[in-house]
Amino acid sequence: MALNLVRVPISEQDAKERARNFKEVCLGYTEEEAVAEASRCLNCKKPLCVSMCPVSINIPEFIQHVKNKEFAEAAKSVAKYSALPAVCGRVCPQELQCESKCVLGNKGEAVAIGKLERFVADWSRENNVDLSAKEESKGKKVAVIGSGPAGLTCAGDLAKRGYDVTIFEALHEAGGVLVYGIPEFRLPKDTVVKHEVENVKKLGVKIETNVVVGRTVTIDQLLEEEGFDAVFVGSGAGLPKFMGIPGENFNGVFSANEYLTRTNLMKAFKDDHSTPIRVGNKVAVVGGGNVAMDAVRTALRLGADEAHIVYRRSESELPARIEEVHHAKEEGVILDLLVNPTEIIADEKGNVCGMKCVRMELGEPDESGRRRPTVIEGSEFILDVDTVIMSLGTSPNPLIPATTKGLDINKRKCIVAEEETGLTSKERVYAGGDAVTGAATVILAMGAGKNAAAAIDEFLSK
Amino acid sequence: MYKIVEKKQLAPQIFLMDIEAPRVAKSALPGQFIIVKMDEKGERLPLTICDYDLERGTITIVVQALGCSTKEMMKYEVGDYFADFVGPLGQPSEFVHENIEEVKNKKMLFVAGGVGTAPVYPQVKWLHEHGIEADVIIGAKTKELVILEEEMKAVSGTTYVATDDGSYGFKGLVTNLIEELVLNQGKKYDLVVAIGPMIMMKFVCKTTEKLGINTIVSLNPIMVDGTGMCGACRVTVDGETRFACVDGPEFDGHKVNFDEAMRRSGMYKTEEIDKECKLGGTK
Repeated sequence: MALNLVRVPISEQDAKERARNFKEVCLGYTEEEAVAEASRCLNCKKPLCVSMCPVSINIPEFIQHVKNKEFAEAAKSVAKYSALPAVCGRVCPQELQCESKCVLGNKGEAVAIGKLERFVADWSRENNVDLSAKEESKGKKVAVIGSGPAGLTCAGDLAKRGYDVTIFEALHEAGGVLVYGIPEFRLPKDTVVKHEVENVKKLGVKIETNVVVGRTVTIDQLLEEEGFDAVFVGSGAGLPKFMGIPGENFNGVFSANEYLTRTNLMKAFKDDHSTPIRVGNKVAVVGGGNVAMDAVRTALRLGADEAHIVYRRSESELPARIEEVHHAKEEGVILDLLVNPTEIIADEKGNVCGMKCVRMELGEPDESGRRRPTVIEGSEFILDVDTVIMSLGTSPNPLIPATTKGLDINKRKCIVAEEETGLTSKERVYAGGDAVTGAATVILAMGAGKNAAAAIDEFLSK
Repeated sequence: MYKIVEKKQLAPQIFLMDIEAPRVAKSALPGQFIIVKMDEKGERLPLTICDYDLERGTITIVVQALGCSTKEMMKYEVGDYFADFVGPLGQPSEFVHENIEEVKNKKMLFVAGGVGTAPVYPQVKWLHEHGIEADVIIGAKTKELVILEEEMKAVSGTTYVATDDGSYGFKGLVTNLIEELVLNQGKKYDLVVAIGPMIMMKFVCKTTEKLGINTIVSLNPIMVDGTGMCGACRVTVDGETRFACVDGPEFDGHKVNFDEAMRRSGMYKTEEIDKECKLGGTK
């Protein structure tokens, strides 16, 4: 059999057109395209792709179903391992995970595993495939804190195992970063995210929104007064970092979280929603991760004339997904690389009117193996911008540890939990996702939710 | 969904509402706030808790119809529902956690400006329930804007009223009345708590600084989530950036950068007007 080393191309919205709308950029495979792409898979005996998937989806199995046009079977196969395939197919950094070890990648292009997973999930949604098979009730209650990827996965897995699960969510809508962080043009909310949340509800999971654990109710109250047998904390890492440079509180400086929450969760870009947003004509986003790419591309879509990424290292160090950087460049985002802000300047009314920056060069690699950027003397200049969005990463919110007796955190404010099980320093309390690791990826959070569900099941079955 | 079980007009454009929210009522303490979102397309509005009733499972809020959303809120009647109602948020007032005997030794003066009288009420009431009678100044532009006077009198030591135009009580600003009480009437206070418009809190702090009285203010910056995840509500206190929704809303008034806080509060003036027009306007 001849190897087919070239990927079936996927259709996308035209770059110029999409840079001004919030519709999804990538349009996904058709049935024929998906079957053709699936046919490239060699169905390896020892599939390395599976070893690189944090939730160990049986990748060759579902791809063979696609190849045979058994799409419902493919969806059921994926559902055994993942509660959010339509999300992961879209937002996982596959180039670092499953697709990085695909043997076809040695000589040509890896199988488009993410795009196939997305196809299967979208097909099963459009064709109403029932994925809600579950075991008999175990008569025990588990509380899940946070409805992001970790919480949804943990809740879904526990419900499948017969537990009575309630998710407590602080915001008015379930989904965590999937609803407030990742924009519509990468992850449609009404179709994809809502549907995946519905799938978790169909398993019998109850979702109580508007409950801030640590304020509205505490973990100790859930365990002692409300009769929960165990708790999983998947509260994420939502606390934004700022640089601490002068001028950061001028009008026109935002955290990426605020900018994205106003747009994605509150739909400030729609005229009939009442939350306002300040767009800016010339926008600089400081940072180089996925959130920075989301913010800068959002700024363009809101109507900014110019949108810059300001990043202190070079392009090869950008932590964002390659596909997103590529999309951003196509849409006209300007990359100001090896540049670092030192001060934000404002006019007499306190509105941002520029950002002082210095140019950087990369020195020797540090302990982490990354080349350390150092300032080039005398390189100071002013970037002409009226809006600055800080996307420097986030850390876990201290609210839950601060209000839960006996729950240990480390010096990065992350909850301390066993890697395999998610068990914390407090009996019956498990944790996973960004609350434990600090800001990471959707799929790693799902993996942690999955492991914790297994550990909780084992503990409660004793 | 959260049911409106009572609605009362307190003054022109100022309404009181009791909202059924048992989980919030169970945990609420003086100094905390809630966020309400009226419907699917609404914005998240922070409002300070005015009262809470554990038995009825209700939270009392007082709203002044100032902008598009608060004007819309006034159209809601008893039996209607708000889509979302979350809380209690923020840190409770410091005295809640202090040794009650030490609090008893403090002479406290609460200064309430306009609709800020509503968040002062639960604090004074809490102290009253713990055997402490604090004094209160209610300040308003004119007589008909004075709210919750009777309620306040029932739980305070002495309640004074100041109106800008002298139509009721003391004629002048709350700052004039503070000076009158301390300098002319010889009243001694260990702590002032001021809640009201930013500009009022700023000038109360200037006055109390001169008089050497520690002062707590409750800041009301722009908020989105109210849980610490966005920093929209950031303020500079003692040279450091703090998030009012999680670190506050109460801070040492003498250390707050009010000019910055006021400037940030006006950030969305243009956008709000734009939106209001787009929404068809409820003006």
